[in-house]
Amino acid sequence: MSQLTAEAPLSSTAERAAVLSQPGAAPDNRWVIVTRGIQRHYDMGGEIVRALRGVDVAIARNEYVAIMGPSGSGKSTLMNILGCLDTPTSGEYWLNGTLVSKMSDDQLARIRNKEIGFVFQTFNLLPRATALHNVELPLVYAGIGAEERRERAREALASVQLEERMDHRPNELSGGQRQRVAIARALVNRPSILLADEPTGNLDSATSEEIMKVFEQLASSGQTVIMVTHEPDIAAHARRVVVLRDGLVATDDRREAFAERMQV
Amino acid sequence: MPFYEAIRLALAQIRVQKLKSFFTALGVTIGVMFLITVVSIVSGMGNYMKDELVGKLIALNSFELRQRPNINVGGVSDAERRSWRTRPPIFNYDIPPVAASLAAGTLWASYSQSGVNAESPWSTPRRVTAYGVSDQYFTIKRMDVALGRLPTPQEFALGSSVIVIGKDVQDHFFPNLNPLGRELRLAGQPYTVIGVAETQGSAFGISFDQFIVAPERSPLRRLLNPHGVVDALVVQSASESEIPDNEERVREVMRARHQLRPEQPDDFALQTSDSALAFWRKIQHYLVLAGVALPAIGLIVGAIVIMNIMLVAVAERTREIGIRKALGARRRDIMNQFLVESMTLAMLGAAVGVGLGFGFAKIISKATPLPAAIELWSVVVGVSVGAGVGIIAGVYPASRAALLDPIAALRQE
Repeated sequence: MSQLTAEAPLSSTAERAAVLSQPGAAPDNRWVIVTRGIQRHYDMGGEIVRALRGVDVAIARNEYVAIMGPSGSGKSTLMNILGCLDTPTSGEYWLNGTLVSKMSDDQLARIRNKEIGFVFQTFNLLPRATALHNVELPLVYAGIGAEERRERAREALASVQLEERMDHRPNELSGGQRQRVAIARALVNRPSILLADEPTGNLDSATSEEIMKVFEQLASSGQTVIMVTHEPDIAAHARRVVVLRDGLVATDDRREAFAERMQV
Repeated sequence: MPFYEAIRLALAQIRVQKLKSFFTALGVTIGVMFLITVVSIVSGMGNYMKDELVGKLIALNSFELRQRPNINVGGVSDAERRSWRTRPPIFNYDIPPVAASLAAGTLWASYSQSGVNAESPWSTPRRVTAYGVSDQYFTIKRMDVALGRLPTPQEFALGSSVIVIGKDVQDHFFPNLNPLGRELRLAGQPYTVIGVAETQGSAFGISFDQFIVAPERSPLRRLLNPHGVVDALVVQSASESEIPDNEERVREVMRARHQLRPEQPDDFALQTSDSALAFWRKIQHYLVLAGVALPAIGLIVGAIVIMNIMLVAVAERTREIGIRKALGARRRDIMNQFLVESMTLAMLGAAVGVGLGFGFAKIISKATPLPAAIELWSVVVGVSVGAGVGIIAGVYPASRAALLDPIAALRQE
């Protein structure tokens, strides 16, 4: 763990404040994610629900960040926006130097395909497809030919030690194996960010540790990882923890500071 | 996502749910099956009409001069029919001048026909159709004998009491006997059988082999053309292009003989196989309309079934759609996936329907007098109709799938 601390780069509070204070300006290449004043309002039968009320987050390349918060804090909404499944009501979202907050549905689909690898709490594998085919799926939508697709999917499965299980369907795999297939699928298109939503929510603690190890390896090998969770001990695996409360960023700390506060 | 990828996906989906897919496509299968059956039978009947029925009644490249048309189904008013009855008949003595006017190389034969009572010692009496014909009749009608011989020119000239009989006449009056040289009594008069005609087949269950043919001048003439009235003069041109010319020559001579003024219409009929087929074309038109309208109702029902099942499929697979969208599927990828699935399903159903339709048409043509012809273009039409039905039925479910919100879709259990 201490080696990881040394390896993974971490943006400083001052650097983040600097990039967040220039509305409209494209962040430099160092930043994978910059959101400035993101708001998201829902119309619930005439009543406006303000799920996000101006979220400023900056995440540099190669960071390993956990987004935490109690339910209703807006973390799912923020994850949907960061994952380009949703667009903010107002505010700007820069992903990899591109302003995505105003993009159309189809443009967002391309961004999701190229830039984002999703890992879900419920795995979200296609039940009738083999592990290999599930991992191939992002490549299908990237328009890559069958042969290359197969090769890359096989490699991705090998990187999570599941090559020998590639012809099995999800119901023939354990929970941990399913989540590893999902991770392989998330990584197969070499995305800018790995976006995990409660990745251990459906796993026992031993399997959770196994998945966390995979995430740590990915982070130490240079992959930007963003993990949304409500469990403090899972969040404590990340290098940096962003805590949301009532649609706003409450704290944004190094893990050490976060752990200290949680113990108090 | 490329098209073939979508087809592979659709086939996989169909394979997983074989029974459901079968029932989904059943409507289209049945619709296409009836479409193909009807098309096969209507075109089979069309071929039969052209090649067999009319071809037998009116020989190739020929037309007939008659007092009034004898092949006429529908489209004739009572007034028209009444006017035909007042027309002068065609007489024996009209034939030589008309024949003399024809172009070189043209064949002609006059003939008359009537039902006549026939009897032989080996069987019960029966009515047969008797033809009194002039010598080129057999050549024009391409009628040859399976047994014996045709009348000689001398027999034609003398009006000998010799007859050529049809296969059915032989079977009835001379069971298990060699009919050649035997006697058949027609209206009480004895005639010698000199030949048995090759079998002429049947249409719609009516045999063409219940006839006897005698020389025009044989004693039968008193029954067939009393008062020298001839039923028809058949004129066979050397080629198709000469038909109009010969028709004009015949018309000129006949108008002159009947002393018609220019403004008066013809008081005789020139009947070509075209004019005989015209009534068939009219029937065929309605048959095709009815034959297409009925299966079309089946296809509409089939389309509704497919649409319904696809809507269920979209609802069932909402989560799958959410996953695909999260992984980068665009609206049109999802749209294509469901459209292709619906199209593939309907096309498979249609292909099965084409096969069954051909089988059904074959069974009908075997079991009933209705003929059937298998038209290859109807395969293309059948499968295309299936694809069209699938696409039309798939548009609404597919667009619903494409417009699903990925977040809501992923949240669905």
